[in-house]
Parts: sequence; C-alpha cells; structure tokens
Amino acid sequence: MRNSKQRQKIAFFLLFLATLLIVIPVGLIVVIIIQKGLPAINWQFLSDMPRKGMRAGGIFPAIVGTLYLVTGAIIFALPIGLFAAIYLSEYAKENFLTRVIKLAIVNLAGVPSVVYGLFGLALFVVFFKFGASILSGSLTLGIMILPIIITASREALESVPQSFREVSLSLGASKWQTIKNIVLPNAIPGILTGTILGLGRAAGETAPILFTVAAFYLPRLPASVFDQAMALPYHLYVISTQVPNVDEKIRYGTALVLLAMVLFMNLIAIIIRYQFRKKKKW
Amino acid sequence: MKMPKIITKNLNLWYGKFHALKDVNACFEDKRITAIIGPSGCGKSTLLRVFNRMNDLIEGVKMKGEVLISGANMLAKEADLVNLRKKVGMVFQRPNPFPLSIYENIVFGEKIHAEKIKKSRLEEIVEKSLDSVLLWNELKDRLNKSALSLSLEQRQRLCIARLIAVKPDILLMDEPCSALDPQSTQRIEELMRELKKNYTIIIVTHNMQQAARVSDDAGFMLLGELIEFGRTDGIFTTPQDKRTEDYITGRYG
Ligand SMILES: Nc1ncnc2c1ncn2[C@@H]1O[C@H](COP(=O)(O)OP(=O)(O)OP(=O)(O)O)[C@@H](O)[C@H]1O
Ligand SMILES: [Mg+2]
Repeated sequence: MRNSKQRQKIAFFLLFLATLLIVIPVGLIVVIIIQKGLPAINWQFLSDMPRKGMRAGGIFPAIVGTLYLVTGAIIFALPIGLFAAIYLSEYAKENFLTRVIKLAIVNLAGVPSVVYGLFGLALFVVFFKFGASILSGSLTLGIMILPIIITASREALESVPQSFREVSLSLGASKWQTIKNIVLPNAIPGILTGTILGLGRAAGETAPILFTVAAFYLPRLPASVFDQAMALPYHLYVISTQVPNVDEKIRYGTALVLLAMVLFMNLIAIIIRYQFRKKKKW
Repeated sequence: MKMPKIITKNLNLWYGKFHALKDVNACFEDKRITAIIGPSGCGKSTLLRVFNRMNDLIEGVKMKGEVLISGANMLAKEADLVNLRKKVGMVFQRPNPFPLSIYENIVFGEKIHAEKIKKSRLEEIVEKSLDSVLLWNELKDRLNKSALSLSLEQRQRLCIARLIAVKPDILLMDEPCSALDPQSTQRIEELMRELKKNYTIIIVTHNMQQAARVSDDAGFMLLGELIEFGRTDGIFTTPQDKRTEDYITGRYG
C-alpha cells in the first residue's frame, strides 16, 4: 500500500519534471534574447537601413521584406488552402483520389523546409523565370504553409455540427449556400487561427527563402514583386555567420524583432481561439 | 374527397444492402396530423426523410417506388430538390437553431430564396412566423439576442417558425418533443393542432399517448414495413393486425 503511494509520488514527480523541462528552454530563449537584444532596440534600429556592411544602422528593409513575403505567401496559400479544405471536407467522396490527396497533404507537411527552397528555386526562379524575387519567395513559402492552412481549415469546417448543415439543406438551401451561409461563418475562427500559425511559420523560416528571394545586403526597399528583398531570418543568419565583427547587440536585437513578430502572430491566434471558445455554445 | 397530399406507392429504401423500407403504401392527407409509430429502428425516421429527400445525403442510399407529393413524383430523376424542401419542411428531434440571432434564424430561408431581399418584407416574415408559433409577444423585444439564449421549448418553437417562414405545405416532425419536459410537450402539441389548420403534418413519435392525443391518422411500422395505417381512433381501439395490438398494448419493447 505504502509502496504504491510512494511510486505514485515518484511518477508524479518525474512527469512534472519532464513538463518543467519543456518550459525551461522556452523561458531561457526568451529571457536571453530579450536581455541581449533589448539594448539594440530603438526607433532608429527598426526604421533605418543597415550601414557599414551591416555592422551598424537598422534592419528596416529586412522587416519590410519579411512582411512582404508573409503577405504574399498568405495571398497565395489562403484561398487555395481554404478551397482545398472545403472540397475535402464538404464535397469529396471517400475514394482513392481523396485518400491520395490527404496523404499528399500529410507528406507535404513533413517535407524539410530546405527542400521547399530547392523546389522553389527549380520551379519559380528557374522554370517560370521569376528570378530570385519576392514573388518566387512568397510562392515557395505559400506552398510550405499550405498543409498547415488546409489541415486547420478542415478541422474548423468539420467541427461545425452536421445538424447545421442538415437544417440548412432541409430549408431548401443548396449545398453551396449552406457552406457559404452556415458552415464557413462558424469555421472562420479556426481557419484564421490556422492561417496565423502558418504566417508565423512563414515569417520564421530561412531555408525556403535562401535560394528564392533573400538578398544578402540590399540597403533599399524592394520596388516590385520581381525584386529581391532582405528578410529577417536570413539577415540574422548572415550577420551571425557570414559577416565578421557584428556587434552581439545587433544580432540579438534582430533575433528579438523576429521572435516578437512570430510570437505576436501566435498571440493573435490564441486570442481569436479564446474569444471563439467563449462564444461557442453548441 | 380531397386529394391526399403525399402518396407513397411501393416505396422501398436500402442503406447499402440493408433493406430499411419495404413496400410502403400510404396516403397522407392535407390539414391532418398523421402519426408514425413503431419500435426503435423500424424505419420511421427513414420514411420521414424520404419525403424531403434528406436521405440523399447519406452515401449508398437507394430508393425505389413512387412518392407523389401534390401529384408529382419526388423520386423521379428530374425532381427539383430545392423546391421540394421548400414545400416539405422538417422539425428535428433536437431543437437546432443556428448560432445566430432570433431574427437571423427566421429570415434565413427568405434570404436564401428571395431574389431581392427587402427589409420590410423580412420584418413582416419575422413577425408572422413568430406569431404563428405564439412567440411574438414573448420575443419581440429581443429579436437580436442569440437564439441559443432561449429555453429548449422556445428553441423548438423558433425552429418551427424558421420553417414556417419558408412557406411549406407539409411539416415533418421527427420526435419533436423528445427533448422537452411534459408541460412544453403539451404546449407544442397545442401548437401542432393550431398549425394543422394550414399544413399537412406528419409526426414520428415514441410516445403512444402523444400519438393518440394529437394525430388524426396513424401508421404502425415494424422492421421497415408499414403494418397498419388508418384513422387513429381505429388503430388504437380496434387494431386489425395482431402486431399492432401487441405494440399498442405495450407487449413490444
Ligand atoms: N445511415 C444509415 N446507414 C445504415 N443503416 C441505417 C442508417 N440510418 C438508419 N439505418 C438503419 O435503418 C433502420 C431504420 O432506421 P430509422 O432511423 O429510420 O429508425 P427509427 O424507426 O427512426 O428508429 P428510432 O425510433 O430509434 O429513431 C435501422 O435499423 C437503422 O439501423
Ligand atoms: Mg428516428
């Protein structure tokens, strides 16, 4: 009896320890980056061009570049992902083709990001002759986050109760009217959440933009979608490994800005989800 | 004699290989309430869902025979399902308003079907429909409140109002009171009697007393067959078939 209680305690302790071990690195990352990066953050750092071979000045073009890339990725991936999700959850019959599509999506999610980079290089940069450009980079990132958006949207659509669909159809609505008026509005929070998580992923990845868009050093803003652009993750890589004697402050400051952007997006996703939970009553 | 609203002729239905309805022949008359009774799993809901073709949503459903609604065969290939479902509305077992406002729930059908949406028309529909389910006075000041804030009985009434707003001829009700308490049930039954002046009502119920109380005609089903069909009085007092009698007197589960 005693023995089993003690074991229970030990098991509890080990489980707790394992959980704590997850929190510690996350906390440390945030603390260290804030501690080392915060001194670099000021208005000039955020709004100025890099200077002196990126050893001074700001990271403005990298921030803008990342925003462009993320926006481009979403413009491309959200409609396609959403339509695919609607097709899969509302229209597709359970057959061989559907299974192949679902399998493809799962596998797409598992492809390493550097492979997306190579794929983007081959398809968009070389084959479609978009060159290394915001367009190529956005499309590559878009493809990378497609599975996230499709999966989240499908889950959101499928969590809308079947009875809503039945009622709508029984009132004489067509299938598309039902989807448009009843299913989609109730699925939007879930879709948004997935989209924002995808955005965060797109903002943070280096490998997919490495060959498709990223400029090593471009102290001006891109003029069109066919321009190259700097981007935060790649810039961070460059100033950390390719350029000697960059002040630690600048490196961690850049990391902090990137982290803040990604965390901010995740925070929005969490808030949307929370608001939705509060309202949802069925 | 009036022409029956719904006539089924040798209606058969299969879920895949499972033969769920077997040669059902029945007439449902206008401005009357017809109850369908029978033990669980005998095919009552299935039969009801033939009339608005909701079974079509299930994969592998096959139907044979004829279902004449106002004279037109609804199992024919060219049957217009949207129009059919406008004419034949359904009240479900669980009250299931959309998670929208009371107002939006009721105008849903009009917004779907009307070519041009006019605000005055919508308001008229809301008042009329709520009035016909005796909810207007209760709810007229909170039309913009969520329908999910209503009591179960109010929700079920709202669902009926939402249906009436589409101007159907026939109301299908699949155990409409099984989620409600006895008082609410009684009031919904009163509502049904009121509604039958304007509609053909078919109700599926497990509640023998309810069938006896509200219906004019009744059908008893067993294992997919319609065993007996006729005036409710007759079915309950002098059933022709031994199995009907056994069921009514409670000898079936
Ligand atoms: N989608 C389906 N696929 C296969 N079989 C089904 C399906 N729906 C119903 N059935 C079967 O068809 C038969 C009739 O079902 P139905 O729901 O019409 O019965 P019911 O009389 O309404 O029962 P209850 O009183 O429990 O609601 C049952 O044996 C059921 O198992
Ligand atoms: Mg049933």
